[in-house]
Amino acid sequence: MSVAVPAIPATATRGNLRLWLQIAFWAAIATVLLVLTGVQFGPAATISILAVTITKATPITLGALSGICSERSGVVNIGIEGLMLTSAFMGFMVGVYTHNLAIALVAAMVSSALLALLHAVLSITFRVDQIISGTVVNILAVGLTGYLNRQLFATGAPPGLSVLPRVDVAGLSAVPWLGEILFQQKPIALTAIVLVFVLHFCLFRTRWGLRTRAVGEHPLAADTVGVNVNRLRYVNVVLGGVIAGLGGAYFTLESVPHFEPLMTNGRGFIALAAMIFGKWTPFGAWGAALLFGVAEAIPTAMQLQGINVPFQIVGLLPYILTIVVVAGAVGRATPPAADGIPYVRA
Amino acid sequence: MRFLYSVGVPLLAVLTALVLGAVVIFATGGDALRAYQGLWEGSLGRPQSISETLVWSIPYVFGGLAVALAFKAGLFNIGVEGQIGLGSLASVYVGYAVKDVPFPFHLFLALAAGVAAGALWGAIPGVLKAKTGAHEVIVTIMLNYVAIQMTSFLVSGPMKDPNPLIANAQTPKILQSARLPPLLPDPQYRLHWGIVIAVLAAVFVWWLLNKSTLGFEIRTVGANPQAARYAGVAVGRTIVVTMALSGALAGMAGALEVVGLNFYHTAGFSVGYGFDSIAVALLGRGDPIGVLPSAVLFGGLAAGASRMQFLSQIPIDIIKLIQALVLIFIAAPALIRWLYRVRVPREAESVAGEVQLTASWGKVEA
Repeated sequence: MSVAVPAIPATATRGNLRLWLQIAFWAAIATVLLVLTGVQFGPAATISILAVTITKATPITLGALSGICSERSGVVNIGIEGLMLTSAFMGFMVGVYTHNLAIALVAAMVSSALLALLHAVLSITFRVDQIISGTVVNILAVGLTGYLNRQLFATGAPPGLSVLPRVDVAGLSAVPWLGEILFQQKPIALTAIVLVFVLHFCLFRTRWGLRTRAVGEHPLAADTVGVNVNRLRYVNVVLGGVIAGLGGAYFTLESVPHFEPLMTNGRGFIALAAMIFGKWTPFGAWGAALLFGVAEAIPTAMQLQGINVPFQIVGLLPYILTIVVVAGAVGRATPPAADGIPYVRA
Repeated sequence: MRFLYSVGVPLLAVLTALVLGAVVIFATGGDALRAYQGLWEGSLGRPQSISETLVWSIPYVFGGLAVALAFKAGLFNIGVEGQIGLGSLASVYVGYAVKDVPFPFHLFLALAAGVAAGALWGAIPGVLKAKTGAHEVIVTIMLNYVAIQMTSFLVSGPMKDPNPLIANAQTPKILQSARLPPLLPDPQYRLHWGIVIAVLAAVFVWWLLNKSTLGFEIRTVGANPQAARYAGVAVGRTIVVTMALSGALAGMAGALEVVGLNFYHTAGFSVGYGFDSIAVALLGRGDPIGVLPSAVLFGGLAAGASRMQFLSQIPIDIIKLIQALVLIFIAAPALIRWLYRVRVPREAESVAGEVQLTASWGKVEA
């Protein structure tokens, strides 16, 4: 399978004007909607929608960052849904037995990293098709969490469990509007935002980032100058697993103190769409994740305002939005050139 | 020798998965021996169990065929779940709402409605892929959620059984004239004619892929879309047709569950068929005939699961775990080779044929 390497890989350029135009376009629409909401229901409604948006965007942001980490080095990971589901359960389980949220958080990330390692072994070492390997991860996660949940917690979650507390960033949370939206979030939501900046810096300003992008675009060239292609891919897939694990922990350690089968409900797949929409860049993916966050926050807000629409209908919004996004109604996305192709040293 | 490998590797994969499953059961404080005794009794141990195994395997045959057919064109249909669900929904609607149509014709109408709904739901990701390059993996998964939510809305609202005695969110039962007759006269066997239709479908898909012009085009597109275009194959059209056919097969599975087995539809009834169908197709090595035995295996696991839970109190979810393990060993035959020190020939390595599913992530094919 020979794949032509584009002269200027689109994903390698940072000043992507079209991407920013699209983000501006969607931001404008969102602003208009939010101003209208504010006029109709008062500014408190707008603030609450924006705060909920950031909360709801958290697992999607983290999932997308996990995907970027892995795919920038050339490994497609559609198992992020499974990674998040597994870490959601493992975080919950360890939390029940230890009553220590910090240990539970670590357990969530470790379990997700281990499952990501399985994906790495299958797809990098055994060169299993990466989509199939990712599907294996997803099925395994459904089976593992479903089985353990019923075997260990057949009578439901034990009472008295807590979730991570809200962190009021000193002084900032009292700032009207911005403080109320941004700085009254919980730790994982805040970490996700910080990680967007960190990953952007690491990808485009560090040696690791340069090597990652090189391996994802043209592994042979990277290999020629002495980068260990498959080792770097292992590192990135497992690192992506850790980030996805944080995203999974959001569900059971930050959002609600219990586990339900299949509770990630497609957030891992939506995260992939956010990654594609964001053109494999951390900021682009974050913008897309916020868009999905709005799509989830609006139904919640509508219910709070007493607007009666069947929940199954408004609940469709994020999924349909995902289809519209990946269908490229808002522009074509070019993945890293070597994305999905195992590297075999000639 | 090649035949030996194509049978031996899947068998070793299943065996290894069962052993690992037993380890998990043991580790979580269960009785693995009793669990597997239940699994055996519920799947093959009694004549009625065999009937149940075959009943369960019918949707797996169609789901597996749907995934296998798409594989051949280099497409990954993860949307079988939604296609089966909408197939059921369309067929149940025709089954109860259309009246005064005599027996075989009403049945045909109900089946046709299910097939058409599945084909339509499958064609959407095909069209989007051909026109915009949207990767079918994301689109089909999203359409699953859309189908599940739509079904939940319809069966609890507009299509809910008006009978006040029925509190569940389920549709009315279909009319007698739309029902598929049972295969055996004794009512304790639920096996219906769907199993015969399933075998015929497998033969048809085999013929389609290997003996027809369309099949040649599908395989060419799957092997190399650029070369196919150069050779004059309408790549975009082939993608749409393949996805529609794949969806139609899944829709048939949903329709048969309604007209042959349940006679009504309820929310969340087909949960899990989508991913299982992928496993069935891979276990059958992407071959239409190979799908038949692997569907029976999955049908057996599903049928035996409830007996297993009854005997050993092991949650049926362990079956999912075993299925995932089977899939790992099937997807990476090198693992089996390494575990058992057997030599696997190179042509037996690739699961979905020479098709690379991931290389076209987000790119325009047509």
